[in-house]
Amino acid sequence: MTAAVSKPSPWTGLIAGLGLAVLFVLSLAVGVSPLPVNRMLSDPEAMQLLAVSRLPRTLAAVLCGAGLAIAGLIMQTLSRNRFVEPATAGTAQSAELGILLVTLLFPAAALWVKTLFAGSVALVGTSIFLATAHRLPPQQPFLVPLFGIVYGGVIGAVATFAAWQADLLQFLSVWTNGEFSGVLRGRYELLWIAALMVAVAWIVADRLTIMALGRETSIGLGIDYARMMQIGLVIVSVITALAVVVVGMIPFVGLAVPNIVSRLMGDNVRGTLGWVAAGGAGLVLACDIAGRLIRYPYEIPVGTVMGVVGGVVFLWLLFRRGGHG
Amino acid sequence: MAERRLFGLGVAALVVAAAFLAIGLKGNIAFVLELRLLKLAALVQVGVAIAVSTVIFQTVTGNRILTPSIMGLDALYLFGQMLLVFLLGGVGYVTLDPQMKFGLEVLLLMGLACALLLPMLRSRLDMGLMLLGGVVLGVLFRSLQSLLARLIDPNEFAVVQSASFANFNAVRTDLLVFAAIVTVAALIIAWRARHVLDVISLGPDAATGLGVGWAGTVTGLLLLVSALVAVSTALVGPVAFFGLLVAALAERIVDSRRHAVLLPAAALIGVVVLVGGQTLFQHALGSATALGVVIEFVGGLVFLLLLVLGSRK
Amino acid sequence: MIRIENVSFKHRATPILTDISLDIPKGGVVALIGPNGAGKSTLLSLVARLQPLQTGSISVDGLPVDTTPGRDLAKVLAILRQDTTIASRLRVRELVGFGRFPHGRGRLTDDDNAIVDGAIAQFDLADLSDRFIETLSGGQRQRALVAMAFAQGTDYLLLDEPLNNLDMYYARALMRSLRSVADVNGKTVVIVLHDINQASAHADRIVAMKGGRIVADGTPAEILTSDVLDAVFGFRMRVETIDGTPFALHQF
Repeated sequence: MTAAVSKPSPWTGLIAGLGLAVLFVLSLAVGVSPLPVNRMLSDPEAMQLLAVSRLPRTLAAVLCGAGLAIAGLIMQTLSRNRFVEPATAGTAQSAELGILLVTLLFPAAALWVKTLFAGSVALVGTSIFLATAHRLPPQQPFLVPLFGIVYGGVIGAVATFAAWQADLLQFLSVWTNGEFSGVLRGRYELLWIAALMVAVAWIVADRLTIMALGRETSIGLGIDYARMMQIGLVIVSVITALAVVVVGMIPFVGLAVPNIVSRLMGDNVRGTLGWVAAGGAGLVLACDIAGRLIRYPYEIPVGTVMGVVGGVVFLWLLFRRGGHG
Repeated sequence: MAERRLFGLGVAALVVAAAFLAIGLKGNIAFVLELRLLKLAALVQVGVAIAVSTVIFQTVTGNRILTPSIMGLDALYLFGQMLLVFLLGGVGYVTLDPQMKFGLEVLLLMGLACALLLPMLRSRLDMGLMLLGGVVLGVLFRSLQSLLARLIDPNEFAVVQSASFANFNAVRTDLLVFAAIVTVAALIIAWRARHVLDVISLGPDAATGLGVGWAGTVTGLLLLVSALVAVSTALVGPVAFFGLLVAALAERIVDSRRHAVLLPAAALIGVVVLVGGQTLFQHALGSATALGVVIEFVGGLVFLLLLVLGSRK
Repeated sequence: MIRIENVSFKHRATPILTDISLDIPKGGVVALIGPNGAGKSTLLSLVARLQPLQTGSISVDGLPVDTTPGRDLAKVLAILRQDTTIASRLRVRELVGFGRFPHGRGRLTDDDNAIVDGAIAQFDLADLSDRFIETLSGGQRQRALVAMAFAQGTDYLLLDEPLNNLDMYYARALMRSLRSVADVNGKTVVIVLHDINQASAHADRIVAMKGGRIVADGTPAEILTSDVLDAVFGFRMRVETIDGTPFALHQF
């Protein structure tokens, strides 16, 4: 949409890009063994550290952040509710239950098989959520995320029960609380699929914008509503499952970033998708860096940091909006 | 009618209490019995505290699907606890008398709860917004609590882990006496306020019209609720949906919103579900630890059902 | 031509439409009138395949609405439902631009942009084109939605009570715009109206529905008589003819 997109000035883009680059380099430099930026590429030992640990970790944060933010954007589009994201729709909890079940049943399965299974369970869980959420009255938009959070809690209770019985609670906490400290070369590459999903979202961006106008308008404009719903759900489920399996769930990214971008630039997905992805990447990177610095040399998991940061942002969004209707 | 059902509930509570004490009694009977009595006392307290606090909270907020823990009060208590450790330092905190610590925590929760909830109630927020805000506050407090836990001891994972579900098996019996004093005092106040509660349930305008100072009464009731939540959370940990389950059941069974009937009914059902469930899980299913999770599961389902059914009317 | 044959529709056990057959030839303005609950909106939404057909068949220009791909139908037929709520933060120009989606799948050519500009100008939205929809008044929003349906550039335009929220000035302007696209561009407009005098003044043909059936069908002069209106709405009203157009004085 050439003329219809109101483009922010190129300066905004430049500054945002620079900010992201600074965070990226910072993330490479910060850690238990310090890695001065100027020696990064000359010292072979530093190179080794960079290639095996820091770079994968940083890339994982970028991929996860961008993916989860886009997943949140798509969830909000499909449910037509601004307060829904994978963690408030049972998607994340279903994925956790899925990975737990497959670990119990087929402990020897390859990681991608487990991810696929987790993704399928997430798809089922999210579909049930959306089907039920449609029955809630549309004039009370807060009921949908409330329903989603408790629904996620119920699925989480099932997962906890199963993990308890199987003595896998330690594992479950790895999946429920995002943490990048275990990310090494060879253990995060699956996350590139999240980038692929973001690309798919880019292709269907205009259709997503129309989906947010409602079922009738979408059909009126010739969109295969049911199929788009499926495509959107698959994207969301795959991204969420990847995040859960590889690094653990990071809450609120999918909620805070799309809402802020929407407030600044509107809801034309073609125009905002890039910003949402970049914003998610930046937010997760920043939280991960903060988690490494707050209690240096110990690390605080990114999921915990995000729980605080994202919770505050969510409340701010909630009560700012609630003030005027 | 309602009185007869109340009587029935009383009998049921006695039966489950007896079953809890008697089933599988062997070995050193005096010792086991003493242990079980202590646990029973704790469970009864928790059941009653959660049930009564939930009913009062629902009346104050004028909403049947709210509970103190959905609004994040138990998370707030745990956060307050962690905050005290953080502020006073691990060493200073450990040397404090446990009763004294508990007293401090209760007071802290009462203060924090009033500071947070009163403005929300005053502004008469949309019900859904208030619910969602409460749930998110709960998530935020849990995150803050685990953040503080990490700051205090970066290697401590167990703290975070154990805080997410109630454990009815490992009851903090050392706090029992002090908790009992708080509970009984709160119950007496609640009972004396039963008619005022009926008036409050009509809403702020009607209550003011009938000569009940709404703001003052509600503040008092919230303090009461906070104290009861502190007791149950201190004894067993957070229980998100137990109160909802109990309050919904109580209203179904006695078919009345009169607090003179509803309060005792909810309290008795709390005891029956908790003590009965514990007995069942301990002896029949062989895994007592799971009760907390199962109650969350069932209570969560009840909540979803109430949400979908209630909004369709 | 829109061809509706033996269409019945039930919501659970309640019949909404009973055995409707109706042909709407190409070109002109057709108004659907009738009391609340007559089934006008349901009929419109069935033609626009917003709800699945239960019995009977509907085709538009020979394309059966239940089997033709939605994308192809969207180039032939545009629908505007009543009370369409837009929660998205889109600018007016972006929203109207999405009317061109069926043609370019999101890519706007110069021709598309010209059509969007035309629709914006026609509905007096030029000053508002950079505003977010949520900041508009009800009437302005309604005009933006009509402009979007216009921009779709289809031969058939279905509008469900588009005069809602519009003041007299814009209600008249919209009806005249519809008249002119029918006269100048040969388009077919099917419109649900509450105001029978608007129907009389601007429509070529009026179809009156009641209780899920068509009870009258004809030119304004044939429909706006005391007897027919009594049969449709359940009370007698005076009808006066001014400059050859009948008007019902239903306020008395």
